[in-house]
Amino acid sequence: MSSNVDKVWASLEHLTDPEIPVVTLRELGILRDVRETADGLEVVITPTYSGCPAMGQIEDDVRASLEQAGIAARVITQLAPAWTTDWMSDEAKEKLRKYGIAPPHQTPKDVSVMKFVRRAPEVVACPQCGSTHTVVTSQFGSTACKALYKCLDCQEPFDYFKPY
Amino acid sequence: MKAPVDYLLHLADNAVVLGQRDAEWCGHGPILEEDLALANVSLDLIGQARLLYQLAAARIGGDATEDKLAYFRDDTAFRNYTLLELPNHGPLVGYAASDRDYATTIMRNFLYSALMVLVWDALEKSADSELAAIAAKSLKEARYHLHHAADWVVKFGDGTEESHARAQAALEHLLPYTEEFWTPSAAEDAAVAAGAAVDVRTLRAAWDALVADTLAEATLKRPEVRGYVTEGKHGRHSEHLSYLLAEMQGLARAHPNGIW
Repeated sequence: MSSNVDKVWASLEHLTDPEIPVVTLRELGILRDVRETADGLEVVITPTYSGCPAMGQIEDDVRASLEQAGIAARVITQLAPAWTTDWMSDEAKEKLRKYGIAPPHQTPKDVSVMKFVRRAPEVVACPQCGSTHTVVTSQFGSTACKALYKCLDCQEPFDYFKPY
Repeated sequence: MKAPVDYLLHLADNAVVLGQRDAEWCGHGPILEEDLALANVSLDLIGQARLLYQLAAARIGGDATEDKLAYFRDDTAFRNYTLLELPNHGPLVGYAASDRDYATTIMRNFLYSALMVLVWDALEKSADSELAAIAAKSLKEARYHLHHAADWVVKFGDGTEESHARAQAALEHLLPYTEEFWTPSAAEDAAVAAGAAVDVRTLRAAWDALVADTLAEATLKRPEVRGYVTEGKHGRHSEHLSYLLAEMQGLARAHPNGIW
C-alpha cells in the first residue's frame, strides 16, 4: 500500500518551481501530500499566492510527471491550511540564498492587524555579501512573492522572498 | 453555516473590479517598480476573486462557472463597492476623461486594503470553512497591499507641495465613498446571521484607527464626510462600472466558450 504512495513521491521528486528552478515543489511546501484513498491515489497541492500564474504550470507539471511514470492519480488543490513560507526547510532556504534570493524570515506569530502598518522594516541580509546594510527598493519584485532590495555595501540589487 | 452566494459575490466583485482598475496601470506605471507592484497587487486580487467565484459557482450548481460569473453578469448584478469602480483620477462629469493620477490609485488601495485586512482577519474565523480558507490566504496578501499603499500615502502626503496637494485631493474625493462600507446589505446581514461573517460595523473603530495612524504620519487632514451614501453593493452603481465591464467582458462575450 505505502509502496504506491512512495512511487508517486519518487515520480514527483524532481519537479521544481517554474520561477525558481533550484528548489523542488516538495521543498517549497506546494506538494503537500500523497495519499491512497478508496477512490485511488491522490496528490495534494496547495497554491501559494492566490493569483500566482505559476500554479497552472505547476499543476500541469505534476500531471505530466504522473502520466510519464504511468501512475493514475488525481491532483487535488487544497487551500487549508494556507500555504506559508514557514514550511520551507532550512536546506531550501540555503538553496535560495545561493541562487541569489534572500530567503524568507519566519512569519511573526500572532501578528496583530493593527500593528502591521507601523512595524519596522525587516533586516534582510544580502545573499551575495551577507551585509545587513540593505534597503528595500520595492515591496513587489518580479513576482508577488518577492520584494526588491539593494545592498548598500556590494551595491547588488537582489530579490527577497517575502514571509507569507 | 455557509455564507450566502450573494455575499461571496460581493467579496469577489470587490476584488475583480479593483483588480481591473489597478491593472490599468500595467505598462503605464509612474516608475518601473510601481508598474510591477500594481500588476502584482492586481494579480492577487484577481486570484482572490477567482477562488470566491469558484466557490460561488460550486454552490449555485448547474452550469455556473467562475467565468460566467465574471464575464456574463451585467453591471446591475455586480455587488462591489462604488469606490472600487471609480476611474484612476479625480472627479469629472459625464464622458470627460483625464490622465491617470497615481495618488488616487494609491489612496483607494489604502482605504480598501485597510478595510480588507480587518474583514479577512474576521472571516478567517468564519463558520463557513471554505470561505475561512480563502480568507486565510487573502489576509496574507491584503497585509502586503496595505503596507505598500500606506508607504506611498506617507511618501506623497509628507513629500513635496505637489504630491501633498494631490494626496489630499484624492483623500477628499474618495473618503465619502467609504461610508458605504458601514451600511450592511441584505447579503451581509444574512452572512452574519449564518455565523459566516462579522458585522462590518464592529470593524469601524479599528479601521478609523488604522487610517488615522497613516494620515497623521502623512500630514494629511481627514475631511468631514456627510451626505449621500453610495449603494454599489446593492447593485446601484456609478456609470463608471459599465465602461469598466465593457472592457473587461468584451472579449469573452465576443467569443463565448473560446479557449486559447
